[in-house]
Amino acid sequence: MSKQIRQLDRVVIRFAGDSGDGMQLTGDRFTSETAQLGNDISTLPNFPAEIRAPAGTLPGVSSFQVHFADYDILTPGDAPNVLVAMNPAALKANLADLPRGADIIVNTDEFTKRNLAKVGYASNPLDDDTLDGYAVHPVALTSMTVGALAEQDVSKKDAERAKNMFALGLLSWMYSRPYESTLRFLERKFAKRPELVAANVAAFKAGWNFGETTEDFSVRYEVKPAKMPSGTYRNITGNAALSLGLVAAGVRSGLPVFLGAYPITPASDILHELSKHKRFGVTTMQAEDEIAAIGAALGASYGGALGVTTTSGPGVALKGETISLAVALELPLVIVDVQRAGPSTGMPTKTEQADLNMALFGRHGEAPVAVIAPKSPSDCFHAALEAARIALTYRTPVILLSDNYVANGSEPWLLPDVASLPDLRVEFATAPNAEDGTTFLPYLRDPQTLARPWAVPGTPGLEHRIGGLEKADKTGDISYDPANHDFMVRTRAARIEAIPVPDVAVEDPDGDARVLVLGWGSTYGPIGAACRALRQRGLPVAQAHLRHLAPMPANLGAVLRSYDRVVIPEMNLGQLAHVIRARYLVDAIGYNQVRGLPFTAAELETMLEEVLKNV
Amino acid sequence: MSEPVALKLTAKDFKSDQEVRWCPGCGDYAILAAIQQFMPELNIPRENTVFVSGIGCSSRFPYYMNTYGMHSIHGRAPAIATGLSVSRPDLSVWVVTGDGDALSIGGNHLIHALRRNVNLKILLFNNRIYGLTKGQYSPTSEVGKITKSTPVGSADAPFNPLSLALGAEATFVGRTIDSDRKHLQSVLRAAAEHEGSAFVEIYQNCNIFNDGAFEQLKSPDSRDDYLIRLEHGQPITFGKDGQFCVVHPPGGFGLEVRETASTPAEEIVVHDATVADPAYAFALSRLPGFDLRNTPIGVFRSVRRPSYDSVVQSQLADAKATVTETPEEQLAALLNSGDTWTIS
Repeated sequence: MSKQIRQLDRVVIRFAGDSGDGMQLTGDRFTSETAQLGNDISTLPNFPAEIRAPAGTLPGVSSFQVHFADYDILTPGDAPNVLVAMNPAALKANLADLPRGADIIVNTDEFTKRNLAKVGYASNPLDDDTLDGYAVHPVALTSMTVGALAEQDVSKKDAERAKNMFALGLLSWMYSRPYESTLRFLERKFAKRPELVAANVAAFKAGWNFGETTEDFSVRYEVKPAKMPSGTYRNITGNAALSLGLVAAGVRSGLPVFLGAYPITPASDILHELSKHKRFGVTTMQAEDEIAAIGAALGASYGGALGVTTTSGPGVALKGETISLAVALELPLVIVDVQRAGPSTGMPTKTEQADLNMALFGRHGEAPVAVIAPKSPSDCFHAALEAARIALTYRTPVILLSDNYVANGSEPWLLPDVASLPDLRVEFATAPNAEDGTTFLPYLRDPQTLARPWAVPGTPGLEHRIGGLEKADKTGDISYDPANHDFMVRTRAARIEAIPVPDVAVEDPDGDARVLVLGWGSTYGPIGAACRALRQRGLPVAQAHLRHLAPMPANLGAVLRSYDRVVIPEMNLGQLAHVIRARYLVDAIGYNQVRGLPFTAAELETMLEEVLKNV
Repeated sequence: MSEPVALKLTAKDFKSDQEVRWCPGCGDYAILAAIQQFMPELNIPRENTVFVSGIGCSSRFPYYMNTYGMHSIHGRAPAIATGLSVSRPDLSVWVVTGDGDALSIGGNHLIHALRRNVNLKILLFNNRIYGLTKGQYSPTSEVGKITKSTPVGSADAPFNPLSLALGAEATFVGRTIDSDRKHLQSVLRAAAEHEGSAFVEIYQNCNIFNDGAFEQLKSPDSRDDYLIRLEHGQPITFGKDGQFCVVHPPGGFGLEVRETASTPAEEIVVHDATVADPAYAFALSRLPGFDLRNTPIGVFRSVRRPSYDSVVQSQLADAKATVTETPEEQLAALLNSGDTWTIS
């Protein structure tokens, strides 16, 4: 019997299970299939820091949410329309996020007395009234997978582990996803164990066929491709995009990239990715600690490489002294901070924007650096190039503030034409620069950029010494002269302040908004979605988003003052708002939340509606 | 490879225009002069030589050398020098450090540079005191040291720098003395020839805060009886009249000093710096007593192991050898890899 097909404009699915159930992989594959179809996509992985928390417990739940639509979307979605719950813990941990009427697909095999007790269910929620109002689809996922693989040459354990592919097959059928890429993926992933390729493919197909035949699923859904600019796309996470941006910076500058890094969540994937690109002359060094990581990167910069270090907040704290040295040495250096919830170890796999103060001010002495923040996963590519451009042109450390939300989230990325990427070529000093024609002055500045010459070791005739001691203007000799120190401190500050950055753009389609929402970094998506929703209801609101946090765009003050109210939502306790109030004397309203999760568009919409009422 | 051109450099070429500002009488002057005199021998262009230092009296060293140089931050010189050396294998990179810089705040970077066998020549000026901060005890000060920060004597046991370096898998370990220019240069020569990390401890007198710390090793009256001058391939005997020798007693774990007269010649240890087992060099490093008797100087250990730099560079070279496209073409291919789709 052929099933009814219903058209939808958008769907949010959350795959949830135990951290050993392969939910990240399942979500990833579903996303890839969806991308192939041409929907716009946004994803949100959410997993515990523990690699294998005790099986079946609430802390061990790992989930992956994917939002796809036939129009352009900005967030991974506030509330799932569909929850796939692989066990009672996954159901319990996610149920509160589900609106009534949502579909819940549960793996009934895991709803045993023992598993129910582990999460505090006194009775089975599949049998009592817990799930009243939801469309529950009980599926014996594990046993059906094992049954489907009875003829396969795999152990019972391997057969059980393939249940995520059964779930993926079922969901792929429900939403009419093309699955060829998943089959290819399985062949690649298990290339060395053909029996596992066969088992996983069989599990996937069993799931698909189950959807096709069972009476329980009477409707299939379709989401038409979104209208997106023409070109070639791939789905990309922020960490992957950032890594590719650094590789691109090496190509466009003609310099070798040197990454010094110490493993830390959620930044380690950048180290993993860059270690694969030796063909581009990218060197990666897993250092003994965070301090050595940035030290080695700075040493490489001194030698003429693009020095990069990647870390998260606790690592930036350790690198502070070396960042100050780089400020004094005036050498290029890119410091990537993939922010996570702090302080201290905090919640390493959860997101936050609370390192802004540290990036702007967290060093000894007057040690200004440039700070930029990507607004979305694919923007990480361009932000990395921009960080490299500033570092190389102005010979300064640049802090790139990503966060766990953009780092692990993904979206379609319109692949740029390589020739259109910024030209980052630099000129090393090769000859004496003093008026006498024979002396080299390592701190004689370019009048345009205020940058000093980059004279790398190996250049004959330019031998010179640099260091952390205060240097005399021009000569770079050690100097304790009071007027010189005052001059050098002010010059280093002026150098950063004078970096030209693009004006901040304001999105106010009708031009009649009186309230401006100002954001930075990863909050772009939820703020944008909330503003759109308000405008659709006839409520005018303007949005401006800061990519450059130091220096700030020249027009920012004028923009802020042209609105009656400025609202600044941040995943911290008001760090940007504090800066804005101090710098521009604007009475900005903060909206702050530090739950380790991104804002939902709905909560921002509600909050902004209140602000609009009171203008 | 073509014959290297003789550069005809002199000690003067290695003197920078900066006024040397150590305390009058500091042992650092002698080390600086010895190194400036020694550098021309290497026939390395000045522009290809880099001195990197941390913080402390000894770390002012790079300012006085007319080469490239960086005076960095406390303890971090080995880390910074590692990034430089690995990315620039054409350079000769030297680290100048002190007992506080290398063994206290920078201990971690030192041991990891040695374990990796980064191609660095690490010169540790050991004066057993903090000089720049005006006289606190250091991690090589003897137990009970009375200083400004330990008015009733320090409570913690010191490091033996050579034992530490050997424990950290160092492939080259040596010791010398600031006042013996000829010996100092001989150890530097061996260090410079070594591929990988070369760790050289230089006993250096701080005449302000720890004067005479190594006096027994310097005074003509005592030095011959205190110092063991290690010579590769030679039996280890010492003393004014060669009256002492070093043996490996059967059943013992280490080395011991005996009287030569009562020791059969075949029992005297013949020094071999190339012994693979670091236990031998370690045993040598344990010979000195608290009174500095039986202090070996010279090259303790010199073994071959691929340097970190060479392994990293060969991985890069292997990867690049497969490349046929331009970097831009490579980048375009990389960006377009994975599951892509096209919207027309």
